[in-house]
Amino acid sequence: MNQRIETKLAQIGNRSENVTGTVNPPVYFSTAYRHAGIGESTGFDYIRTGNPTRLLVEKAIADLEHGDRGFAFSSGMAAIQTIMALFQSGDELIVSSDLYGGTYRLFEREWRKYGLNFQYDDFTKPAETEKLINEHTKALFIETPTNPLMQEADIKALVEVAKKHNILVIVDNTFYTPVIQTPIVDGADIVIHSATKYLGGHNDVLAGLVVTKGEKLSEEFFMHQNAIGAVLAPFDSWLLMRGMKTLSLRMKQHEQNARQVAAFLEDHEDVQDVLYPGKGGMLSFRLKDEAWINPFLKNLKMITFAESLGGIESFITYPATQTHMDIPEEIRIANGVCNKLLRFSVGIEHAEDITSDLAQAFKQMKGAEAVEQS
Amino acid sequence: MSNHDWSFQTKLLHNESKVDKGTGAVSVPLHHSSTFHQFDVEEFGKYDYARSGNPTREALEQAIAELEGGARGLAFSSGMAAISTSFLLLSQGDHVLVTEDVYGGTFRIITDVLTRFGIEHTFVDMTDLHQVASEIRPNTKVIYMETPSNPLLKVTDIKGIVNLAKANNCLTFLDNTFLTPELQQPLELGVDVVLHSATKFLAGHSDVLAGLAVVKDEELGNRLYKLQNAFGAVLGAQDAWLVLRGLKTLHVRLKQSQESAGKIAAYLADHPKVEAVYYPGLSYHPGHDTHRYQAKGPGAVLSFKVADFEAVKLLVQHVKLPVFAVSLGAVESILSYPAKMSHAAMPAEEREKRGISDGLLRLSVGLEKAEDLIADFEAAFAKLPAVTVKS
Repeated sequence: MNQRIETKLAQIGNRSENVTGTVNPPVYFSTAYRHAGIGESTGFDYIRTGNPTRLLVEKAIADLEHGDRGFAFSSGMAAIQTIMALFQSGDELIVSSDLYGGTYRLFEREWRKYGLNFQYDDFTKPAETEKLINEHTKALFIETPTNPLMQEADIKALVEVAKKHNILVIVDNTFYTPVIQTPIVDGADIVIHSATKYLGGHNDVLAGLVVTKGEKLSEEFFMHQNAIGAVLAPFDSWLLMRGMKTLSLRMKQHEQNARQVAAFLEDHEDVQDVLYPGKGGMLSFRLKDEAWINPFLKNLKMITFAESLGGIESFITYPATQTHMDIPEEIRIANGVCNKLLRFSVGIEHAEDITSDLAQAFKQMKGAEAVEQS
Repeated sequence: MSNHDWSFQTKLLHNESKVDKGTGAVSVPLHHSSTFHQFDVEEFGKYDYARSGNPTREALEQAIAELEGGARGLAFSSGMAAISTSFLLLSQGDHVLVTEDVYGGTFRIITDVLTRFGIEHTFVDMTDLHQVASEIRPNTKVIYMETPSNPLLKVTDIKGIVNLAKANNCLTFLDNTFLTPELQQPLELGVDVVLHSATKFLAGHSDVLAGLAVVKDEELGNRLYKLQNAFGAVLGAQDAWLVLRGLKTLHVRLKQSQESAGKIAAYLADHPKVEAVYYPGLSYHPGHDTHRYQAKGPGAVLSFKVADFEAVKLLVQHVKLPVFAVSLGAVESILSYPAKMSHAAMPAEEREKRGISDGLLRLSVGLEKAEDLIADFEAAFAKLPAVTVKS
């Protein structure tokens, strides 16, 4: 358990069984498990409740995040949906105001119907956050850094506030992963991942992970996972583990490239500002002119214009029409997700190939604009 | 755990690997691992490297060995990999007798590759025991059969050939792809090596390429295993798992396809625009009686002859249900044109000599409703020019 994260990652799934000695864990597709007699379970009964392949990835993420128990879901949203089962009508959550659009939609369109209430906060001033807490508040739901504005929250300070009021701290750790940030070590109760992103890392598997701290919470959450049944399939569990083995290497390269790209963008005359916290592979930037957005995206030759992030390939996303289209425009713009903002998931290509693709697209976009105006 | 009193249909579902020993899992786990921990430095475990042995592949190898009633099963990356690895049992100076309407890919290996290594061959009409007997030489080491053959569905008397082979101290190989052990179990009739393109009926879903070899004798099994390991054309774990998955429904699939094939053969046989139908289920098929003796059913592949290439073109253009493609033995019906597909590797004159004419089509009957397939053919035949009665 004292192993460093690089070692833990490389060893995921190894020594998983003693029958064949298999180094790479097998994929168990079996939906049912034979028992020798009544009450003699092998630990596995039915695939929804537990599957040997899924269990390995669940144990791995629990270990990496320093929690007590890990849970794998069919998507990041399925993970969040299952977390909401911990609450009931009348409960209230304080949520990052610069929230991923899918989570915003889930809260506002689905859970509000069932009597849950959500207050929004930027979590930059824990004392202000504390003022929002009332008798109905049951949890802080924190994205850090936020998506797409890349604001970091002080988890430790927020945990201190939450503990005082006996409420849960839930942290979405998708952007940083345990390589950069381990919220449970800072006192959080629950960590969430869209494992589709950096953990899977290859744009080839949809998955969500949750880690809980504390025996009672872990047991209760397992009951919800099993009851709701939005579990991760065996093959996807295997693919996720396969991706996680290189997480540390990938994160290093993503971060190194992101720093270089951030420096390039900051120096570029067409860029208004760059939002990069100095860690990880995600950054956002604003072009000086909204009219440049489309020609810029159209002229990218290597970088892919697509939703999602965290994969080995560089992706640029336009939050206004993609990730954040479900947030009403006035709220979105008030939050800073304006129509000039682009989100960049910097890949592991050579940094200079990335910057030269950006450079040529910047050059082309103005040409296109000139043609359109003439 | 194996119970040989169970019917074949039950054995398809209940085999050595039906329950995973560690977890009790009832579906064989998919071991992608390329290497295996060794728990003891002095005594290595059963598995060390995936080419030499992989638990998922082994589950399939055990399953097919049990289904064919053999001592050992071996899985390969394709049917041709199984066949070519089996031919490596031969040495320079050896001679093979091969059925003359052998699958084009096997024809190519024998004529293009084995000859370069000094292995001789003679093609014979395997349905003619006298001809086979007269072609056996002192250095003949293997007699290679396909029955029913591809694409003319000619039936070989397996026991007759086995007796000839045993009297002359040579091995018999039999390609059992068309019938599978569901319908024909050649090892019981004395054959030494059964070969399969498991891509076909065994896997059955047009989604995996695989070959299998099953050997009756343990010592011969060890020799073939050494070649499998040395040559390394083994089946990947994922593909082994897919074949195992397909095998579970072999009985129901083949039963349904065979029933429909019988109806379609009867329909085609009565059709004025069809010149001939080749299907061992037809009572006037020359191999009908032999086939009934050695197999449980005629299978789901048939061939038929139309007037010429023009008629073939029109028919292929107008059928809507069967896939026009190579391969066979799938859930979907597949219509093939042997002259340009399975037997394209055979020179035109060799093809013609073997009766694989320009008007010949092969149909692998799938799981569609027989009436739908017949209606589809009926509509396509209507587009063909009317038959001119020959005077």
